[in-house]
Amino acid sequence: MSRIDRRFAELHAHGRTGLIPFVTAGDPLPGAQVALMHALVEAGADLIELGVPFSDPMADGPVIQHASERAIAKGVGLRQVLAWVRDFRVRDATTPIVLMGYLNPVEIHGASRFASEAVEAGVDGVLLVDCPVEESDTAAPLRDAGLQRILLAAPTTTDERLGRVCEAAEGFLYYVSFAGITGADRISHDDVRERVAAIKRRAKTPVAVGFGVRDAASAAAIGAFADAVVIGSALVDRLAEATDANDACARARDFLAPIRAALDARGR
Amino acid sequence: MSKIEDYSAFPDARGRFGDYGGSYVAETLIAPLAELTAAYETLRVDPAFIAEFERDLKYYVGRPSPIYHAERLSNEVGGARILLKREDLNHTGAHKINNTIGQALVARAMGKRRIIAETGAGQHGVATATVCARFGLDCVVYMGETDIERQKINVYRMKLLGAEVVPVTSGSKTLKDALNEAMRDWVTNVADTFYIIGTVAGPHPYPQMVRDFNAVVGREARAQMLEQYGRLPDVITACVGGGSNAIGLFHAFLNDRDVRIVGAEAAGDGIATGRHAASLAAGRPGVLHGNRTYVLCDDDGQITETHSVSAGLDYPGVGPEHAFLKDTGRAEYVGITDEEALAAFHRLARTEGILAALESSHAVAQAIKLARQLPKDQLVLCNLSGRGDKDVHTIAAREGIVL
Repeated sequence: MSRIDRRFAELHAHGRTGLIPFVTAGDPLPGAQVALMHALVEAGADLIELGVPFSDPMADGPVIQHASERAIAKGVGLRQVLAWVRDFRVRDATTPIVLMGYLNPVEIHGASRFASEAVEAGVDGVLLVDCPVEESDTAAPLRDAGLQRILLAAPTTTDERLGRVCEAAEGFLYYVSFAGITGADRISHDDVRERVAAIKRRAKTPVAVGFGVRDAASAAAIGAFADAVVIGSALVDRLAEATDANDACARARDFLAPIRAALDARGR
Repeated sequence: MSKIEDYSAFPDARGRFGDYGGSYVAETLIAPLAELTAAYETLRVDPAFIAEFERDLKYYVGRPSPIYHAERLSNEVGGARILLKREDLNHTGAHKINNTIGQALVARAMGKRRIIAETGAGQHGVATATVCARFGLDCVVYMGETDIERQKINVYRMKLLGAEVVPVTSGSKTLKDALNEAMRDWVTNVADTFYIIGTVAGPHPYPQMVRDFNAVVGREARAQMLEQYGRLPDVITACVGGGSNAIGLFHAFLNDRDVRIVGAEAAGDGIATGRHAASLAAGRPGVLHGNRTYVLCDDDGQITETHSVSAGLDYPGVGPEHAFLKDTGRAEYVGITDEEALAAFHRLARTEGILAALESSHAVAQAIKLARQLPKDQLVLCNLSGRGDKDVHTIAAREGIVL
């Protein structure tokens, strides 16, 4: 059983909603990355989504786009991200890590080479934003190496395609709760609840909901029906001004703790 | 790659040109792209749609554009005859309007009232603002801050035509960033918005659709060559940024194996300096803006900032069909430096009384190079894709002249 599958099985057994923070690797402080990942886990993260910086993040809003630009300016790339995961695994062998990013860095690194290096470093899953289920052959080397393929579903995903996405998804299905870029603020919880219920009837994997989750209240509302909530832009925004590693970790803990508490209060 | 029997058979059903093209986009864009593909597949063979497109090309754009023998230029170069396909004479001054008319008609047929576009040099933005005024559609144009600065006249033209121009301040503040921003707008407003992409890049069906609307250039040129010269040209050439005017000219000639095809990319300060925009000559296969193609990027896969004196060629990717034509060997792609393009600009102005766009000046420079190497009885057909009025300030500034 993979780390991701095991983690969701544990959550399910305890009736808990998963908390998945997203951070852009290397932002705000490359030197603080591994400490920050441990702090996220201490604050209640069940799985970490690590954004691989890309120069042209078409599906991301200004917050994550600027975080990517800052990280790239400091020389952060795929090789550095894998090194951090390897370092993180020295102290944490159980928290699943999903890399989220765009195809070009993977293609240029070489998909097969990336896949074996990622597995060796301790990466569990990969979400390639610009690689939809139709382009599965492109992602084949990653699956062959044992990386789970995290796929997205959106409000605009048709029923016919949802079947194919559910069929191909591994680890968990990431439901993008509205049509838009990351960090935007318009989400109708009723619409999302209905849609997630429909997806859960067809998916073999748990369903995580992201895009538009920004604080304890929205996390609790979404967590009432999702298997996990993903929090990205609001966290990245909070971390952006961190002055050093301690400050970054403190910011992460302060931000996640009330969200964790809200999710757990609902579970009891 | 195996020998290609029929180049007109591409893209395939998945939007692929061999290994290139495809649809590498976020989940939220899959549905609108499928909707667009379905609409376009119906419209492209609909006689009423084709008739309306052709009517607008004739009476609004002013087609057909002539093929002009640049006799004094040819004599001065001393070699093959240089023929110019005069797309600069189109309404709005470039080939770009062929595509925007076509896509605006598609948008109208799909019931979309809000149009968005990205632009580099501003030619596509002007062509989009123009057709939006013509069809009564709302128009928002995304343009990099750097390009807004160097193309002030086109920015003002767009505003005169009723468009809103949104400055893009991310990344290198040029065409690629404007494209990212327009794509984000589309993701957010898919229900009522149609995205008119200006070049043969982006996800399927854009590379095919933009090519089809520009292919009128090559179809006309092929017929005109047979009528005026009784034969096809020996070589055809065009400038390649994203590659829409080039594929427009090339496409009708792809199966004419005796016609040599040469694309001129922007070599900027020279390919060896790294300050250029020659994706095919100096890039590698990757994925950018929804398609697999040649891109300029570093070893981490980050797209690199490009340089060209011509804003319209300043793009780190290239249409996937050009990537395919390069790999199959059907077309050659070479670099033309800023200096060579500027020299060609002046030479054409003085010998023929034509101010070419800086983009098109790259093609003219390549035509001059080719003609010089070829005997007098050969014919070099060059796509003069746009006029140079928009570039007068850039050229003056480069030469230290204050207007």
